[in-house]
Amino acid sequence: MIAELGHFALILALLIAIVQSILPMVGAQRGARPMMDVAAPAALLQFGAVALAFAALTHGYVTSDFSLKNVAENSHSLKPLLYKITGVWGNHEGSMLLWALILTLYGAAVAAFGRNLPPALKARVLSVHGMIGVGFLAFILFTSNPFLRMLPVPPDGQGLNPILQDPGLAFHPPFLYLGYVGFSMAFSFAVAALIEGRVDPAWARWVRPWTLVAWCALTLGICLGSWWAYYELGWGGWWAWDPVENASFMPWLSGTALLHSAIVVEKRDTLKGWTIFLALVTFSLSLLGTFLVRSGVLSSVHAFAVDPARGAFILVLLVVAIGGSLVLFALKAPNLRATGNFAPISRESALVLNNLLLATAALTVFLGTLYPLFLDVIGGDKVSVGSPYYNATFVPLMVPLVLVMAAGPLMTWKRADLASVLMRLRLAFGAALAVALVMVIVTRGHEALAPLGIGLAAWLLFGTLKELAERIRLFQAPWEVVRNRLTHTTRAAWGMSVAHAGLAVTIAGITVASGWQQEAIQTLKPGESVTLAGDLYRFDRVEPRPGPNYSAEQATVTLSHDGRTFATLHPSRLTYPLQRMTTTDVAIHTDGFSDRYVVLGDPQPDGGWIFRIYYNPLVPWVWFGALIMVLGGVLSLSDRRLRIGAPVKRLKRAEAELAA
Amino acid sequence: MTRKRRRLIFVLAGMSCLGIATFLVLNAFDDNLVFFYSPTDLVQKHPGTTKRLRIGGLVENGSLVTSEGGKRFNFKVTDGKTDLSVSYLGVAPALFREGQGVVAEGKMAADGRFEAATLLAKHDEKYMPPEVADALKKSGEWRPDQQAAAPGAADAPTSSKNAGDAPANSASARP
Repeated sequence: MIAELGHFALILALLIAIVQSILPMVGAQRGARPMMDVAAPAALLQFGAVALAFAALTHGYVTSDFSLKNVAENSHSLKPLLYKITGVWGNHEGSMLLWALILTLYGAAVAAFGRNLPPALKARVLSVHGMIGVGFLAFILFTSNPFLRMLPVPPDGQGLNPILQDPGLAFHPPFLYLGYVGFSMAFSFAVAALIEGRVDPAWARWVRPWTLVAWCALTLGICLGSWWAYYELGWGGWWAWDPVENASFMPWLSGTALLHSAIVVEKRDTLKGWTIFLALVTFSLSLLGTFLVRSGVLSSVHAFAVDPARGAFILVLLVVAIGGSLVLFALKAPNLRATGNFAPISRESALVLNNLLLATAALTVFLGTLYPLFLDVIGGDKVSVGSPYYNATFVPLMVPLVLVMAAGPLMTWKRADLASVLMRLRLAFGAALAVALVMVIVTRGHEALAPLGIGLAAWLLFGTLKELAERIRLFQAPWEVVRNRLTHTTRAAWGMSVAHAGLAVTIAGITVASGWQQEAIQTLKPGESVTLAGDLYRFDRVEPRPGPNYSAEQATVTLSHDGRTFATLHPSRLTYPLQRMTTTDVAIHTDGFSDRYVVLGDPQPDGGWIFRIYYNPLVPWVWFGALIMVLGGVLSLSDRRLRIGAPVKRLKRAEAELAA
Repeated sequence: MTRKRRRLIFVLAGMSCLGIATFLVLNAFDDNLVFFYSPTDLVQKHPGTTKRLRIGGLVENGSLVTSEGGKRFNFKVTDGKTDLSVSYLGVAPALFREGQGVVAEGKMAADGRFEAATLLAKHDEKYMPPEVADALKKSGEWRPDQQAAAPGAADAPTSSKNAGDAPANSASARP
């Protein structure tokens, strides 16, 4: 009964979405206020209906209602409660429902918080948002309905793929979708602005917080996914340029560019066409990512099911959304007039360069991801593109990006003096050079990439610190002035410094982790040991360990350094009888700087076990850096200027003061 | 600085970015595209011993021999027409066994064996790598009735939850 209610709510949501996409748009064109006013309640209702459907499906999972086909195929009565709930989005149908839930959540947020948006803009934004909703709700109802019943009712479910039963993965999809789908806001605002033919600083001030929310969530989602792949899959790495990873990384790259170009629109009233274009491209890449992952053209852990109808449906959605918006852009963009002017050496230009490099980097990732598919479709050779390709294309583009990144914030708007900026950065440059030289000595000149990467990270960090020090006039003014400036630095400015420093930490982590990983593969009998990177790993014993829906063999490995024991690890092998699958449970000892990573392999006929052991220096910094970047984004988001309505309030207060 | 001149500078900057990207991409494609061969293709095309490539097929029954403390795997990969000897040093993925589909990445050795650097066997035993399915279809050895549990990529109504087929989940799938 509850499932039927969910199904009904989903159909209702589709109908509301259709109304929401037509009436407000017509109203906005005719200037009919009552029709425009339909948008906000419709968006809220649509969210309510999808939330109800989602709750109904969750209820089916929690109560193990195996008469639902989706539950029977993806859940099991013995599964822990957490994974029953996360199992809702651990399959194709449920994850698309989550997609729709988050989409309508953003629409509802605009309806609820966008009170002081101009009514016509708000109506058009929500109308475009409604159109996206129509597309995805129809996709769910017609090709991926999670509420189908199944007769006869099976006694128990087939269970969730064991490698998906993990806390890291449980929260990876919601954050990833909050990011992916969050760019739909920028898209809706961009299309609405194109229809209105007007982009102004106020528009950018509304778009920026939504883009920032999406960017933070996407950063966190990618970070969680990478961390999960690291500790769950047992391969010792954290990023493999897998097409599925690229699918989330491309919107991140263009979203980052969008974040920066929107600043220029807000502050300087220029780069409008480009910003609109980036908004369209970013959401298009999100859609493309959904298509790649959901249509089954990629064989991966994310390709839950392969159904040509679904692939075709998403492809049509993709063509309509991307094609339609780009045609609109081509027709309307030439009318956008910029007022701000700037010199080739200025903060605007630095941001343009940032945008060009990020866009080019996204393009190289795009080509590497889609070329094998393209070749396969035209019936050519079967090829795969691996990390060497990305190391040869993506990495060289990041070098100038980071070089400019440290200098950009020191430049003034409109016109900057390059010589003076470089003079102010001489200390940062010297320090970065010193760090790079130390790295050359440490690696004895064998490695070229390590000094470069660490040098760049240092350059970015010191450049960011220098900008912060100048802003608060550290060492230049009396302490009272410094303290005053410190407390009056805007949150947005803090956010920029923190996010840039976070990237420096990530670059350091990536460089060291990829340059100094050490690996040992060894068959050990109980009592034997192996040495890796100066640490002694002693294999003590293997014991059986019971689990709720699996059985496991758990090894005990003692780690010591110079005879001093510092950790005991328990890597294990899990056998899931239901899926007839074996997975490894990696044991990791981390001290914040480096990881000791132990994987238990197969037992051998002679009584030994194979062990795979990695020493991964600085790998935690990859994720620390990403978390710092997210922190920077959240700081910037908490800036009062970005909170919608703040400028209006201030204006009213000023008026009140004038009147008094 | 007029608007026109500024626009010209940015268009030039954009073009040079694209130019650099094109150069990098073409260069990287030249060196880093990894082609897939079935054992029969390999005999016909002789790709040489310098290029990294992928091969795939079924692990032939009765051909698997392990040595060096369980770390060295010698086996034959077949597409039904041609056999190829493969050697791999490392830890095999959990579902690597005789009769299963496998994709290996590595280089040809001078003696005609394939020296695999990574093995990509899949976790889910219902799964057949699409390249292997295609290779078997091409050699006429594709028998969906026998391999009812191996429906391949294009027609998999039975395995709506075959989520475990990422190359990533095989034990040593990634370099």
